[in-house]
Amino acid sequence: MVESSLQTGYVKHAPGFVENAGPKLITSRFKHTDSFTLDKYLSTGGYEGLKSSLNRSPDQVHNEVREASLLGRGGAGFPAGIKWGFPPEGVWPRYLVVNGDESEIGTYKDRLLMERDPHQLIEGVLIACYALGLSQAFLYVRGEMALAQERIALALDEAYKAGYIGKNILDTKFSVDVVMHWGAGAYIVGEETALIESLEGKRGMPRLKPPYFPAAIGLYGKPTIVNNVETLSNLPWILNNGASAYKGFGSESSPGTRMFAISGHVKRPGVYEVEHGVTTFRELFYDDNFCRGIRDDNELKMFIPGGGSAPWFFQEQLDLPLEASAVGAAGSMLGSGAMVVMDETTDAVKACLSVVRFFARESCGKCSPCREGTTWEEKILQRILDGDGRPSDIDLLLDIGDNISPGPYPAAAFPDEGLDAVPFPPSQTTICPLGPSSVAPIVSAIRRFRDEFDSLITRRDPIPLSLNVEEVVT
Amino acid sequence: MMAFFNQENEEIAKEIVSRYPVARSALIPLLHLAQEQEGWITKPAMEQIAELTDTTSVEVLGTGTFYEMFKFHPVGKYLIKVCTNISCQLLGADELFEHVKTVLDIEEGSTTKDGLFTFEEAECVAACTEAPCFTVNYRYFHRATPELFDEVVVDLKAGVSPLSKGCADDQGVMPEHGTLSRFRQQIPKSRSAGIKHPEEIKGPPSWIEEVV
Repeated sequence: MVESSLQTGYVKHAPGFVENAGPKLITSRFKHTDSFTLDKYLSTGGYEGLKSSLNRSPDQVHNEVREASLLGRGGAGFPAGIKWGFPPEGVWPRYLVVNGDESEIGTYKDRLLMERDPHQLIEGVLIACYALGLSQAFLYVRGEMALAQERIALALDEAYKAGYIGKNILDTKFSVDVVMHWGAGAYIVGEETALIESLEGKRGMPRLKPPYFPAAIGLYGKPTIVNNVETLSNLPWILNNGASAYKGFGSESSPGTRMFAISGHVKRPGVYEVEHGVTTFRELFYDDNFCRGIRDDNELKMFIPGGGSAPWFFQEQLDLPLEASAVGAAGSMLGSGAMVVMDETTDAVKACLSVVRFFARESCGKCSPCREGTTWEEKILQRILDGDGRPSDIDLLLDIGDNISPGPYPAAAFPDEGLDAVPFPPSQTTICPLGPSSVAPIVSAIRRFRDEFDSLITRRDPIPLSLNVEEVVT
Repeated sequence: MMAFFNQENEEIAKEIVSRYPVARSALIPLLHLAQEQEGWITKPAMEQIAELTDTTSVEVLGTGTFYEMFKFHPVGKYLIKVCTNISCQLLGADELFEHVKTVLDIEEGSTTKDGLFTFEEAECVAACTEAPCFTVNYRYFHRATPELFDEVVVDLKAGVSPLSKGCADDQGVMPEHGTLSRFRQQIPKSRSAGIKHPEEIKGPPSWIEEVV
């Protein structure tokens, strides 16, 4: 019953994706209601990239991806072709782990790619396995994404039966197993070494570094490549059309297209496939082809340019292109491609608390600066909002931040106050970037909206002296 | 020891374990399977999972308690989660949260007396442009209003599936808490490339020499 209702398209697509003008490399099938079925995939050019790969040597496929300068779409933006070159010579077996544990605040491109075009992802996985010489891959889907799990499981079954996965793929010697794995609710598992721990059946805590890359020592202590869902979904197109055609889109340093999720106070929020590196934030938020402006034509107050971990941007940064180095130099990051737009009616302190609370709850507890720091930050912000803030609280917040991430913290320029941008990334006293991420909203909000904090802090005594001595004695 | 899994699920559990090079990797999927059978993770479940994954039941507990989706006490038939993260909060999640609390007449984190509903605050569920969002047994309801929530509750109390009101216009039946994917991957034995323990593999896969 469930199988048939999924296959016949009873279950529609969850909304979110906006079909607009512009090149569509990885979302070309999203408009079809049955885009997730093998039939539809094959009738729209599916598995051609795999066929074209199998006619070449693994090294040639690897070179094609390297030449395309495909940047990782998980958050760090590391070139996939270079990462693939990291596994040490002569160490076997090797594994591929697909990171579909998308949980960053505001982000949801991977969920749509898994729900709407699972075969495209599977084809990408197979191409990667071929180039890397692997015989097993794991597809880690976030636990909460029930529909994505159904679609991926169905697609894997169809692909196994039709001979695209498993033994002797397309009647060649190439053989690989692809297994769907699913999580159980933990943001930190999106960190690649935590993902591997979780896949080994352990608590999802990041591993100590070095080794910095699981490509050297990963799953079961063996070389492991961890790639994001969107990164791998680009491979069929690249192998079909070639690296030079891919570089015809986007800018030189950020080729191709990228999926961005824009939420918050815009008129047409949604997930858009956008040319990488050339489009600006202003175009994205105001153009008719994209979000069509701020709701009620309000003024923009601030926006998060790349997921909850990114320092905030303001009006002055609107004309920056969606390009990693430009955004990094301006004090933030494109990260996971999630933007949250906030208009003039937004309470900066409340927004700051909302983001910090997320990190406090999701801290895994392994490193003390993060475990203690994030919780403390949350408590202080809460008491400021409750009207119990102390004059020293702002310095205290910045001091806690400095313990997690010493030195000047990345921030956007604030020309009115003569403050320059502090470039990304932040330093860290923790194993992974979760702790430092909690400092981003605090530094951003205090630097820009200090007056809002000050107006909430009315108490003048650093320690409440409400006890009357005489009362206590008698 | 009395086995926890029923016969059908025990077969499924063994099949899941066989997909992994190391049995322990099946630990989280098996905890999900146990939760699917019972609605929460019981002690006998952990004991049998330990046996199946070559671990101890305390290791199963250790792993399981890290992940918020696993419940180690009974919860309602329907787990209602309201997202209160920034994108949802900007568009009315706080009001929705208060509404849910009032309608169900329970505190966040608790279960109604009739055992029907458990109410929790959710962290970002990746539907930010369709804010605010709540989920029932991890099925998404988008651009949620208090009215939509009321309709869903009425349906669930009447034993009617509210899934068609959800984001995917799903005509299926709302599964009870514990069931995630209603469709399970199965690798046909004849099609598997062959899964081995990592220590048994000494060199590159045999197909490489054939294609190079």
